[in-house]
Amino acid sequence: MALAKDYASVMGRNNEIMKEAMGLDYAQFESGKMRFDYEGLMASTGYTLEEIEKVQSATGVGNTPILELRNLTALARKYAKPGYGATILAKDEAANPSGSFKARRAACAVATAKKMGYKGVMAATSGNYGAAVASQAAMQGLKCIIVQECFDSHGVGQPEIIEKARKCEAYGAEVVQLTVGPELFYTFLSILEDTGYFNASLYSPYGIAGVETLGYEIAMQCREKYGKDPAVVVCTSAGGGMMTGTARGLIKAGATNTKCIAASIDLTGLHMASDTAFNKKSCTTGHTGFGVPYAVDPDHSDVPRSAARPLRYMERYVTVKQGDVMYITEALANLEGIERGPAGNTALAAAFSLAQELPADEYIIISETEYTGAGKHVQPQLAFARENGIEIKFGDPNAEDKPGVNIILPKDPSYIKTMDMDLDHMRKSFIKKACKKYGSFDIDEDDIAFLAEEVNSTPEFVKSVLEDLK
Amino acid sequence: MAKKGDWVRIHRVVLDAAGRNPNLPEDTAKVPLEMWVKGTLLADAEVGDEVEVETATNRIEHGTLVEVNPYYTHSYGKFVPELIQIDRQLREILFGGEE
Repeated sequence: MALAKDYASVMGRNNEIMKEAMGLDYAQFESGKMRFDYEGLMASTGYTLEEIEKVQSATGVGNTPILELRNLTALARKYAKPGYGATILAKDEAANPSGSFKARRAACAVATAKKMGYKGVMAATSGNYGAAVASQAAMQGLKCIIVQECFDSHGVGQPEIIEKARKCEAYGAEVVQLTVGPELFYTFLSILEDTGYFNASLYSPYGIAGVETLGYEIAMQCREKYGKDPAVVVCTSAGGGMMTGTARGLIKAGATNTKCIAASIDLTGLHMASDTAFNKKSCTTGHTGFGVPYAVDPDHSDVPRSAARPLRYMERYVTVKQGDVMYITEALANLEGIERGPAGNTALAAAFSLAQELPADEYIIISETEYTGAGKHVQPQLAFARENGIEIKFGDPNAEDKPGVNIILPKDPSYIKTMDMDLDHMRKSFIKKACKKYGSFDIDEDDIAFLAEEVNSTPEFVKSVLEDLK
Repeated sequence: MAKKGDWVRIHRVVLDAAGRNPNLPEDTAKVPLEMWVKGTLLADAEVGDEVEVETATNRIEHGTLVEVNPYYTHSYGKFVPELIQIDRQLREILFGGEE
Protein backbone atom coordinates (compact mmCIF):
# COMPACT_ATOMS: atom_id res chain seq x y z
CA MET A 1 0.00 0.00 0.00
CA ALA A 2 1.33 3.44 -0.90
CA LEU A 3 2.13 5.63 2.09
CA ALA A 4 -0.01 8.71 2.67
CA LYS A 5 1.90 11.77 1.51
CA ASP A 6 -0.11 14.59 3.10
CA TYR A 7 1.67 17.02 5.42
CA ALA A 8 0.65 15.46 8.75
CA SER A 9 1.34 11.87 7.65
CA VAL A 10 4.83 12.55 6.32
CA MET A 11 5.78 14.68 9.34
CA GLY A 12 4.46 11.92 11.58
CA ARG A 13 6.99 9.50 10.08
CA ASN A 14 9.87 11.95 10.71
CA ASN A 15 11.72 9.75 13.21
CA GLU A 16 11.58 6.57 11.11
CA ILE A 17 12.60 8.40 7.95
CA MET A 18 15.53 10.06 9.73
CA LYS A 19 16.75 6.79 11.22
CA GLU A 20 16.79 5.19 7.78
CA ALA A 21 18.39 8.25 6.21
CA MET A 22 21.27 8.66 8.63
CA GLY A 23 22.04 5.18 9.83
CA LEU A 24 22.14 6.73 13.27
CA ASP A 25 19.69 6.17 16.10
CA TYR A 26 19.63 9.35 18.14
CA ALA A 27 17.72 7.57 20.92
CA GLN A 28 21.01 6.04 22.13
CA PHE A 29 22.18 9.51 23.23
CA GLU A 30 19.03 10.35 25.17
CA SER A 31 18.96 9.78 28.91
CA GLY A 32 15.19 9.82 29.19
CA LYS A 33 15.38 13.29 30.72
CA MET A 34 16.09 16.70 29.33
CA ARG A 35 19.79 16.03 28.88
CA PHE A 36 21.47 14.03 26.15
CA ASP A 37 25.04 12.92 25.59
CA TYR A 38 26.41 15.62 23.27
CA GLU A 39 30.01 14.40 23.32
CA GLY A 40 28.73 10.88 22.67
CA LEU A 41 26.87 12.16 19.63
CA MET A 42 30.03 13.90 18.37
CA ALA A 43 32.11 10.77 18.99
CA SER A 44 29.60 8.68 17.00
CA THR A 45 31.21 9.78 13.74
CA GLY A 46 34.05 7.42 14.61
CA TYR A 47 36.51 9.86 12.99
CA THR A 48 39.43 11.46 14.79
CA LEU A 49 40.52 14.95 13.73
CA GLU A 50 43.42 13.40 11.80
CA GLU A 51 41.04 11.04 9.97
CA ILE A 52 38.79 13.93 9.04
CA GLU A 53 41.79 15.79 7.66
CA LYS A 54 42.54 12.73 5.55
CA VAL A 55 38.95 12.47 4.27
CA GLN A 56 38.92 16.17 3.43
CA SER A 57 42.32 16.33 1.77
CA ALA A 58 41.39 13.34 -0.42
CA THR A 59 39.03 15.71 -2.24
CA GLY A 60 41.16 18.85 -1.99
CA VAL A 61 39.20 20.27 0.93
CA GLY A 62 40.83 22.27 3.73
CA ASN A 63 44.32 23.59 4.36
CA THR A 64 43.24 26.94 2.91
CA PRO A 65 45.56 29.96 3.20
CA ILE A 66 45.36 32.75 5.74
CA LEU A 67 45.32 36.17 4.09
CA GLU A 68 46.57 39.23 5.92
CA LEU A 69 44.27 42.16 5.15
CA ARG A 70 46.92 44.88 5.39
CA ASN A 71 44.99 47.81 4.00
CA LEU A 72 41.82 47.07 5.95
CA THR A 73 44.01 46.80 9.06
CA ALA A 74 45.58 50.18 8.28
CA LEU A 75 42.11 51.62 7.74
CA ALA A 76 40.83 50.24 11.07
CA ARG A 77 43.86 51.71 12.87
CA LYS A 78 42.86 55.18 11.66
CA TYR A 79 39.81 54.90 13.91
CA ALA A 80 41.48 53.16 16.89
CA LYS A 81 43.24 54.83 19.80
CA PRO A 82 47.07 54.86 19.60
CA GLY A 83 48.61 51.40 19.94
CA TYR A 84 45.32 49.71 19.06
CA GLY A 85 43.99 48.02 15.95
CA ALA A 86 44.75 44.30 15.74
CA THR A 87 45.92 42.84 12.42
CA ILE A 88 42.89 41.54 10.53
CA LEU A 89 43.29 38.10 8.95
CA ALA A 90 40.96 36.03 6.79
CA LYS A 91 40.87 32.27 6.44
CA ASP A 92 40.35 32.02 2.69
CA GLU A 93 37.79 29.25 2.66
CA ALA A 94 36.72 30.30 -0.83
CA ALA A 95 39.73 28.22 -1.90
CA ASN A 96 37.82 25.02 -1.13
CA PRO A 97 36.57 23.06 -4.18
CA SER A 98 32.96 24.26 -3.88
CA GLY A 99 33.97 27.81 -2.93
CA SER A 100 33.17 27.85 0.79
CA PHE A 101 33.94 26.22 4.14
CA LYS A 102 30.83 24.10 3.67
CA ALA A 103 32.99 21.70 1.66
CA ARG A 104 34.46 20.63 5.01
CA ARG A 105 31.01 19.72 6.30
CA ALA A 106 29.97 17.97 3.11
CA ALA A 107 33.18 15.94 2.70
CA CYS A 108 32.63 13.92 5.87
CA ALA A 109 28.89 13.50 5.32
CA VAL A 110 29.23 12.30 1.75
CA ALA A 111 32.18 10.02 2.52
CA THR A 112 30.10 8.47 5.31
CA ALA A 113 27.10 8.02 3.01
CA LYS A 114 29.32 6.25 0.50
CA LYS A 115 30.91 4.04 3.14
CA MET A 116 27.46 3.05 4.42
CA GLY A 117 26.30 2.10 0.93
CA TYR A 118 23.79 4.87 0.20
CA LYS A 119 23.23 5.58 -3.51
CA GLY A 120 22.65 9.28 -3.05
CA VAL A 121 22.66 12.19 -0.65
CA MET A 122 20.14 14.92 0.11
CA ALA A 123 20.33 18.26 1.86
CA ALA A 124 17.80 20.98 2.61
CA THR A 125 19.67 24.21 2.08
CA SER A 126 19.44 27.41 0.09
CA GLY A 127 23.08 28.23 0.69
CA ASN A 128 26.64 27.19 0.01
CA TYR A 129 26.09 23.84 1.66
CA GLY A 130 24.05 22.62 -1.31
CA ALA A 131 26.92 23.38 -3.65
CA ALA A 132 29.31 21.66 -1.25
CA VAL A 133 27.23 18.47 -1.05
CA ALA A 134 26.74 18.48 -4.83
CA SER A 135 30.47 18.96 -5.38
CA GLN A 136 31.37 16.13 -3.00
CA ALA A 137 28.69 13.86 -4.48
CA ALA A 138 30.17 14.49 -7.93
CA MET A 139 33.67 13.63 -6.69
CA GLN A 140 32.56 10.54 -4.80
CA GLY A 141 30.15 9.25 -7.44
CA LEU A 142 26.85 9.57 -5.57
CA LYS A 143 23.56 11.09 -6.70
CA CYS A 144 22.48 14.32 -5.07
CA ILE A 145 19.24 16.21 -4.46
CA ILE A 146 19.21 19.70 -2.95
CA VAL A 147 15.95 21.21 -1.71
CA GLN A 148 15.89 25.02 -1.62
CA GLU A 149 13.54 27.71 -0.36
CA CYS A 150 13.99 30.03 -3.31
CA PHE A 151 10.94 31.98 -4.49
CA ASP A 152 8.16 34.15 -3.11
CA SER A 153 4.54 33.47 -4.13
CA HIS A 154 5.02 35.63 -7.25
CA GLY A 155 7.82 33.34 -8.40
CA VAL A 156 10.47 35.99 -7.74
CA GLY A 157 13.67 34.30 -6.59
CA GLN A 158 16.45 35.57 -4.37
CA PRO A 159 19.34 36.07 -6.84
CA GLU A 160 21.83 34.62 -4.38
CA ILE A 161 19.81 31.42 -4.02
CA ILE A 162 19.33 31.10 -7.78
CA GLU A 163 23.10 31.28 -8.15
CA LYS A 164 23.46 28.45 -5.63
CA ALA A 165 20.97 26.39 -7.65
CA ARG A 166 23.06 26.98 -10.76
CA LYS A 167 26.18 25.84 -8.95
CA CYS A 168 24.48 22.66 -7.68
CA GLU A 169 23.22 21.86 -11.18
CA ALA A 170 26.69 22.49 -12.58
CA TYR A 171 27.89 19.67 -10.31
CA GLY A 172 25.15 17.37 -11.65
CA ALA A 173 22.73 17.61 -8.74
CA GLU A 174 18.95 17.79 -8.93
CA VAL A 175 17.62 20.98 -7.38
CA VAL A 176 14.08 21.13 -6.02
CA GLN A 177 13.03 24.76 -5.63
CA LEU A 178 10.18 25.82 -3.36
CA THR A 179 8.32 28.92 -2.31
CA VAL A 180 8.70 30.36 1.18
CA GLY A 181 7.74 28.27 4.18
CA PRO A 182 8.97 25.81 6.78
CA GLU A 183 7.24 22.97 4.89
CA LEU A 184 10.46 22.72 2.94
CA PHE A 185 11.20 20.11 5.58
CA TYR A 186 8.06 18.19 4.59
CA THR A 187 9.10 18.09 0.94
CA PHE A 188 12.61 17.12 1.98
CA LEU A 189 11.36 14.24 4.16
CA SER A 190 8.95 13.04 1.49
CA ILE A 191 11.69 12.79 -1.17
CA LEU A 192 14.10 11.28 1.37
CA GLU A 193 11.52 8.59 2.07
CA ASP A 194 10.98 7.89 -1.65
CA THR A 195 14.65 7.76 -2.61
CA GLY A 196 16.22 6.16 0.47
CA TYR A 197 19.10 8.62 0.18
CA PHE A 198 21.38 9.73 3.01
CA ASN A 199 20.40 12.88 4.91
CA ALA A 200 23.59 14.91 4.65
CA SER A 201 22.28 17.31 7.27
CA LEU A 202 24.30 20.39 8.12
CA TYR A 203 23.54 19.59 11.73
CA SER A 204 24.68 15.96 11.85
CA PRO A 205 27.82 15.16 13.85
CA TYR A 206 29.64 14.68 10.50
CA GLY A 207 28.62 18.19 9.48
CA ILE A 208 30.13 19.67 12.63
CA ALA A 209 33.17 17.40 13.01
CA GLY A 210 34.10 18.53 9.50
CA VAL A 211 34.44 22.13 10.71
CA GLU A 212 36.77 21.22 13.59
CA THR A 213 39.69 21.08 11.13
CA LEU A 214 39.03 24.74 10.34
CA GLY A 215 39.53 25.87 13.94
CA TYR A 216 42.53 23.59 14.27
CA GLU A 217 44.16 24.98 11.11
CA ILE A 218 43.55 28.57 12.25
CA ALA A 219 45.54 27.95 15.45
CA MET A 220 48.33 26.00 13.72
CA GLN A 221 48.74 28.44 10.83
CA CYS A 222 48.73 31.51 13.11
CA ARG A 223 51.38 29.92 15.33
CA GLU A 224 53.53 29.14 12.30
CA LYS A 225 53.09 32.55 10.66
CA TYR A 226 52.84 34.88 13.66
CA GLY A 227 54.19 32.86 16.55
CA LYS A 228 50.96 33.13 18.53
CA ASP A 229 47.29 32.24 18.60
CA PRO A 230 44.81 34.82 17.38
CA ALA A 231 43.23 36.87 20.16
CA VAL A 232 39.83 36.61 18.50
CA VAL A 233 38.14 34.44 15.88
CA VAL A 234 34.99 35.98 14.40
CA CYS A 235 32.47 33.55 12.92
CA THR A 236 29.55 34.59 10.76
CA SER A 237 26.64 32.96 12.55
CA ALA A 238 23.48 31.44 11.07
CA GLY A 239 22.83 27.80 11.92
CA GLY A 240 25.67 27.79 14.43
CA GLY A 241 27.79 25.07 12.82
CA MET A 242 30.68 27.37 11.97
CA MET A 243 30.92 28.67 15.53
CA THR A 244 30.57 25.21 17.08
CA GLY A 245 33.05 23.40 14.85
CA THR A 246 35.62 26.19 14.78
CA ALA A 247 35.58 26.56 18.56
CA ARG A 248 35.91 22.79 19.04
CA GLY A 249 38.87 22.75 16.66
CA LEU A 250 40.55 25.61 18.51
CA ILE A 251 40.11 23.72 21.77
CA LYS A 252 41.62 20.58 20.19
CA ALA A 253 44.60 22.72 19.13
CA GLY A 254 44.95 24.00 22.70
CA ALA A 255 44.13 27.57 21.71
CA THR A 256 42.13 28.09 24.87
CA ASN A 257 42.86 31.83 25.15
CA THR A 258 41.39 32.62 21.75
CA LYS A 259 37.98 34.27 22.07
CA CYS A 260 35.20 33.09 19.77
CA ILE A 261 32.85 35.87 18.74
CA ALA A 262 29.72 35.24 16.68
CA ALA A 263 28.54 37.88 14.23
CA SER A 264 25.21 38.17 12.42
CA ILE A 265 23.51 40.80 10.32
CA ASP A 266 20.73 42.41 12.32
CA LEU A 267 17.45 41.61 10.56
CA THR A 268 15.25 42.21 13.59
CA GLY A 269 11.61 42.55 12.61
CA LEU A 270 11.69 40.52 9.39
CA HIS A 271 9.79 37.25 9.82
CA MET A 272 11.72 34.41 8.23
CA ALA A 273 8.63 32.44 7.17
CA SER A 274 6.89 35.47 5.69
CA ASP A 275 6.18 35.40 1.98
CA THR A 276 6.21 39.19 1.64
CA ALA A 277 9.34 39.69 3.78
CA PHE A 278 11.29 37.06 1.82
CA ASN A 279 12.57 39.39 -0.88
CA LYS A 280 12.85 42.38 1.46
CA LYS A 281 15.99 40.75 2.80
CA SER A 282 19.05 41.78 0.89
CA CYS A 283 21.16 38.97 2.30
CA THR A 284 20.11 35.34 2.59
CA THR A 285 22.22 34.06 5.45
CA GLY A 286 24.49 35.04 8.32
CA HIS A 287 21.66 37.05 9.80
CA THR A 288 19.83 37.10 13.12
CA GLY A 289 16.78 35.44 11.55
CA PHE A 290 18.76 32.19 11.62
CA GLY A 291 21.49 33.04 14.12
CA VAL A 292 19.28 33.77 17.12
CA PRO A 293 16.71 30.94 16.83
CA TYR A 294 19.43 28.34 16.18
CA ALA A 295 21.44 29.59 19.17
CA VAL A 296 18.54 29.49 21.62
CA ASP A 297 16.82 26.38 20.20
CA PRO A 298 19.33 24.29 18.24
CA ASP A 299 17.09 21.23 18.06
CA HIS A 300 14.55 22.68 15.64
CA SER A 301 16.72 21.66 12.67
CA ASP A 302 16.43 18.70 10.29
CA VAL A 303 17.86 16.17 12.77
CA PRO A 304 16.52 15.05 16.18
CA ARG A 305 19.51 16.55 18.03
CA SER A 306 21.66 19.17 16.39
CA ALA A 307 25.42 18.83 16.67
CA ALA A 308 25.66 22.61 16.21
CA ARG A 309 25.26 24.16 19.66
CA PRO A 310 26.83 27.62 19.34
CA LEU A 311 25.80 28.95 22.75
CA ARG A 312 28.20 26.43 24.31
CA TYR A 313 31.12 28.17 22.65
CA MET A 314 30.53 31.84 21.88
CA GLU A 315 31.93 34.42 24.29
CA ARG A 316 30.21 37.33 22.58
CA TYR A 317 27.53 37.67 19.96
CA VAL A 318 27.66 40.90 17.96
CA THR A 319 25.51 42.26 15.16
CA VAL A 320 26.25 44.49 12.21
CA LYS A 321 23.87 46.01 9.67
CA GLN A 322 23.31 45.00 6.05
CA GLY A 323 24.89 48.28 4.90
CA ASP A 324 28.05 47.63 6.95
CA VAL A 325 28.52 44.27 5.25
CA MET A 326 27.97 45.69 1.78
CA TYR A 327 30.40 48.52 2.44
CA ILE A 328 33.10 46.17 3.77
CA THR A 329 32.57 43.81 0.81
CA GLU A 330 33.33 46.68 -1.55
CA ALA A 331 36.30 47.67 0.64
CA LEU A 332 37.68 44.12 0.50
CA ALA A 333 37.69 44.23 -3.29
CA ASN A 334 38.97 47.79 -3.57
CA LEU A 335 41.63 47.77 -0.86
CA GLU A 336 42.73 44.14 -0.76
CA GLY A 337 42.18 43.13 -4.36
CA ILE A 338 40.02 40.11 -3.57
CA GLU A 339 36.35 39.67 -4.36
CA ARG A 340 34.67 37.43 -1.82
CA GLY A 341 31.41 37.02 -0.05
CA PRO A 342 28.82 37.83 1.01
CA ALA A 343 28.72 35.32 3.92
CA GLY A 344 32.19 35.75 5.46
CA ASN A 345 31.91 39.49 5.17
CA THR A 346 29.44 39.67 8.04
CA ALA A 347 32.33 38.53 10.23
CA LEU A 348 34.66 40.91 8.38
CA ALA A 349 32.49 43.97 9.09
CA ALA A 350 32.42 42.90 12.75
CA ALA A 351 36.19 42.25 12.79
CA PHE A 352 36.86 45.70 11.34
CA SER A 353 35.11 47.20 14.38
CA LEU A 354 36.37 44.66 16.95
CA ALA A 355 40.00 45.05 15.80
CA GLN A 356 39.86 48.61 17.09
CA GLU A 357 39.24 47.29 20.63
CA LEU A 358 42.41 45.15 20.54
CA PRO A 359 46.10 46.10 20.87
CA ALA A 360 47.97 46.44 17.56
CA ASP A 361 50.22 43.45 18.29
CA GLU A 362 47.23 41.07 18.44
CA TYR A 363 45.54 39.20 15.59
CA ILE A 364 41.86 38.93 14.80
CA ILE A 365 40.77 36.43 12.18
CA ILE A 366 37.55 35.85 10.32
CA SER A 367 36.94 32.13 9.98
CA GLU A 368 35.80 32.17 6.35
CA THR A 369 35.51 33.79 2.99
CA GLU A 370 33.29 32.44 0.23
CA TYR A 371 33.26 32.65 -3.57
CA THR A 372 31.29 35.45 -5.13
CA GLY A 373 29.55 35.68 -8.48
CA ALA A 374 26.42 36.70 -10.35
CA GLY A 375 23.48 37.08 -7.98
CA LYS A 376 25.54 37.10 -4.79
CA HIS A 377 27.98 39.91 -5.49
CA VAL A 378 27.37 43.20 -3.64
CA GLN A 379 26.14 44.96 -6.78
CA PRO A 380 23.28 42.53 -7.58
CA GLN A 381 22.41 42.47 -3.86
CA LEU A 382 22.02 46.24 -3.80
CA ALA A 383 20.32 46.35 -7.21
CA PHE A 384 17.83 43.70 -6.07
CA ALA A 385 17.15 45.69 -2.91
CA ARG A 386 16.44 48.79 -4.94
CA GLU A 387 14.10 46.85 -7.28
CA ASN A 388 12.19 45.68 -4.19
CA GLY A 389 11.63 49.21 -2.96
CA ILE A 390 14.39 49.24 -0.35
CA GLU A 391 15.89 52.71 0.12
CA ILE A 392 19.68 52.78 -0.17
CA LYS A 393 21.56 55.75 1.26
CA PHE A 394 24.62 56.78 3.21
CA GLY A 395 24.24 57.48 6.92
CA ASP A 396 24.72 56.01 10.38
CA PRO A 397 23.63 52.36 10.14
CA ASN A 398 23.21 51.95 13.90
CA ALA A 399 20.89 54.96 14.10
CA GLU A 400 18.91 54.66 10.88
CA ASP A 401 18.85 51.00 9.76
CA LYS A 402 15.40 49.45 9.31
CA PRO A 403 15.52 45.88 7.92
CA GLY A 404 13.13 45.51 5.01
CA VAL A 405 12.81 49.28 4.60
CA ASN A 406 16.31 50.61 3.98
CA ILE A 407 19.98 49.78 3.67
CA ILE A 408 22.18 52.39 5.33
CA LEU A 409 25.70 52.38 3.95
CA PRO A 410 28.07 53.80 6.59
CA LYS A 411 28.93 57.38 5.59
CA ASP A 412 32.54 56.61 6.46
CA PRO A 413 34.28 53.55 7.94
CA SER A 414 34.08 54.96 11.48
CA TYR A 415 30.34 54.21 11.36
CA ILE A 416 30.94 50.46 11.10
CA LYS A 417 30.34 49.59 14.75
CA THR A 418 29.23 46.26 16.14
CA MET A 419 26.41 46.10 18.66
CA ASP A 420 26.53 43.46 21.41
CA MET A 421 23.62 41.10 21.84
CA ASP A 422 22.67 40.35 25.42
CA LEU A 423 24.07 36.82 25.83
CA ASP A 424 22.47 36.32 29.24
CA HIS A 425 19.11 37.12 27.68
CA MET A 426 19.77 34.44 25.05
CA ARG A 427 20.82 31.99 27.75
CA LYS A 428 17.55 32.61 29.59
CA SER A 429 15.64 32.12 26.39
CA PHE A 430 17.49 28.82 25.79
CA ILE A 431 16.64 27.55 29.29
CA LYS A 432 13.01 28.58 28.94
CA LYS A 433 12.61 26.81 25.59
CA ALA A 434 14.37 23.68 26.86
CA CYS A 435 12.08 23.52 29.90
CA LYS A 436 8.97 24.11 27.81
CA LYS A 437 9.93 21.20 25.53
CA TYR A 438 10.59 19.07 28.58
CA GLY A 439 7.28 20.12 30.10
CA SER A 440 8.46 21.43 33.48
CA PHE A 441 10.65 23.97 35.21
CA ASP A 442 11.29 21.44 37.99
CA ILE A 443 14.39 19.64 36.80
CA ASP A 444 17.02 17.60 38.62
CA GLU A 445 20.64 18.53 39.36
CA ASP A 446 21.94 16.58 36.35
CA ASP A 447 19.67 18.49 33.98
CA ILE A 448 20.73 21.75 35.63
CA ALA A 449 24.36 20.83 35.03
CA PHE A 450 23.48 19.93 31.43
CA LEU A 451 21.78 23.29 30.85
CA ALA A 452 24.78 25.07 32.35
CA GLU A 453 26.96 23.37 29.72
CA GLU A 454 24.47 24.14 26.98
CA VAL A 455 24.53 27.87 27.72
CA ASN A 456 28.19 28.06 28.78
CA SER A 457 27.37 29.28 32.27
CA THR A 458 27.15 27.99 35.83
CA PRO A 459 24.55 25.80 37.59
CA GLU A 460 23.88 28.81 39.86
CA PHE A 461 22.94 30.91 36.85
CA VAL A 462 20.60 28.18 35.58
CA LYS A 463 18.98 27.88 39.02
CA SER A 464 18.38 31.61 39.25
CA VAL A 465 16.79 31.62 35.79
CA LEU A 466 14.58 28.67 36.75
CA GLU A 467 13.47 30.51 39.90
CA ASP A 468 12.45 33.51 37.79
CA LEU A 469 10.57 31.29 35.35
CA LYS A 470 8.61 29.32 37.95
CA MET B 1 5.85 22.23 -28.95
CA ALA B 2 8.30 20.43 -26.68
CA LYS B 3 9.63 17.05 -27.75
CA LYS B 4 10.13 13.94 -25.68
CA GLY B 5 13.73 14.10 -24.40
CA ASP B 6 13.84 17.91 -24.15
CA TRP B 7 15.27 19.41 -20.93
CA VAL B 8 12.41 21.29 -19.28
CA ARG B 9 11.25 22.94 -16.08
CA ILE B 10 7.96 22.01 -14.45
CA HIS B 11 5.85 23.56 -11.71
CA ARG B 12 3.52 21.96 -9.20
CA VAL B 13 1.56 23.00 -6.12
CA VAL B 14 2.87 20.73 -3.36
CA LEU B 15 0.47 21.85 -0.64
CA ASP B 16 -2.54 24.07 -1.24
CA ALA B 17 -3.05 26.86 1.29
CA ALA B 18 -5.45 24.74 3.37
CA GLY B 19 -3.04 21.81 3.63
CA ARG B 20 -0.10 23.83 4.92
CA ASN B 21 1.59 23.93 8.32
CA PRO B 22 -0.96 25.53 10.66
CA ASN B 23 1.65 27.83 12.25
CA LEU B 24 2.48 30.24 9.45
CA PRO B 25 2.53 34.02 9.22
CA GLU B 26 -0.73 35.33 7.76
CA ASP B 27 0.67 36.24 4.34
CA THR B 28 2.31 32.85 3.82
CA ALA B 29 -0.75 30.94 5.06
CA LYS B 30 -2.82 32.46 2.23
CA VAL B 31 -0.68 31.07 -0.56
CA PRO B 32 0.15 27.49 -1.61
CA LEU B 33 3.56 25.82 -1.31
CA GLU B 34 4.86 25.62 -4.88
CA MET B 35 7.70 23.64 -6.39
CA TRP B 36 9.83 23.80 -9.54
CA VAL B 37 12.09 21.02 -10.82
CA LYS B 38 13.93 20.30 -14.05
CA GLY B 39 14.15 17.11 -16.02
CA THR B 40 13.89 15.31 -19.34
CA LEU B 41 10.41 15.36 -20.82
CA LEU B 42 8.92 11.87 -21.10
CA ALA B 43 6.42 12.62 -23.91
CA ASP B 44 5.79 15.41 -26.45
CA ALA B 45 3.82 18.29 -24.90
CA GLU B 46 2.95 21.99 -25.04
CA VAL B 47 3.83 24.58 -22.42
CA GLY B 48 0.95 24.52 -19.91
CA ASP B 49 0.34 20.77 -20.24
CA GLU B 50 0.51 18.36 -17.33
CA VAL B 51 3.66 16.32 -17.95
CA GLU B 52 6.12 13.87 -16.43
CA VAL B 53 9.89 14.35 -16.39
CA GLU B 54 12.91 12.32 -15.38
CA THR B 55 15.14 14.42 -13.12
CA ALA B 56 18.94 14.45 -12.85
CA THR B 57 18.71 11.71 -10.20
CA ASN B 58 16.31 9.64 -12.37
CA ARG B 59 13.27 10.44 -10.25
CA ILE B 60 9.97 10.77 -12.07
CA GLU B 61 8.23 14.04 -11.22
CA HIS B 62 4.98 15.46 -12.55
CA GLY B 63 3.69 18.99 -12.95
CA THR B 64 2.83 21.72 -15.43
CA LEU B 65 5.35 22.33 -18.20
CA VAL B 66 6.52 25.94 -17.79
CA GLU B 67 9.82 26.25 -19.67
CA VAL B 68 11.71 24.38 -22.39
CA ASN B 69 15.52 24.61 -22.41
CA PRO B 70 15.50 26.58 -19.13
CA TYR B 71 18.44 28.92 -18.55
CA TYR B 72 19.77 31.22 -15.84
CA THR B 73 19.04 34.92 -15.95
CA HIS B 74 20.54 36.08 -12.65
CA SER B 75 23.26 38.65 -13.20
CA TYR B 76 25.53 41.25 -11.66
CA GLY B 77 22.54 43.56 -11.38
CA LYS B 78 22.01 47.11 -12.54
CA PHE B 79 24.58 49.82 -11.86
CA VAL B 80 24.68 51.00 -8.24
CA PRO B 81 26.32 54.45 -8.13
CA GLU B 82 26.92 54.28 -4.37
CA LEU B 83 29.63 51.68 -4.95
CA ILE B 84 31.73 54.19 -6.91
CA GLN B 85 31.37 56.62 -4.01
CA ILE B 86 32.59 53.97 -1.56
CA ASP B 87 35.62 53.19 -3.75
CA ARG B 88 36.57 56.89 -4.01
CA GLN B 89 36.12 57.47 -0.29
CA LEU B 90 38.22 54.48 0.75
CA ARG B 91 41.11 55.45 -1.53
CA GLU B 92 40.92 59.02 -0.33
CA ILE B 93 41.05 58.00 3.35
CA LEU B 94 43.79 55.43 2.95
CA PHE B 95 45.95 56.77 0.16
CA GLY B 96 45.03 60.48 0.08
CA GLY B 97 43.25 60.51 -3.25
CA GLU B 98 45.29 60.64 -6.46
CA GLU B 99 48.52 61.83 -4.83
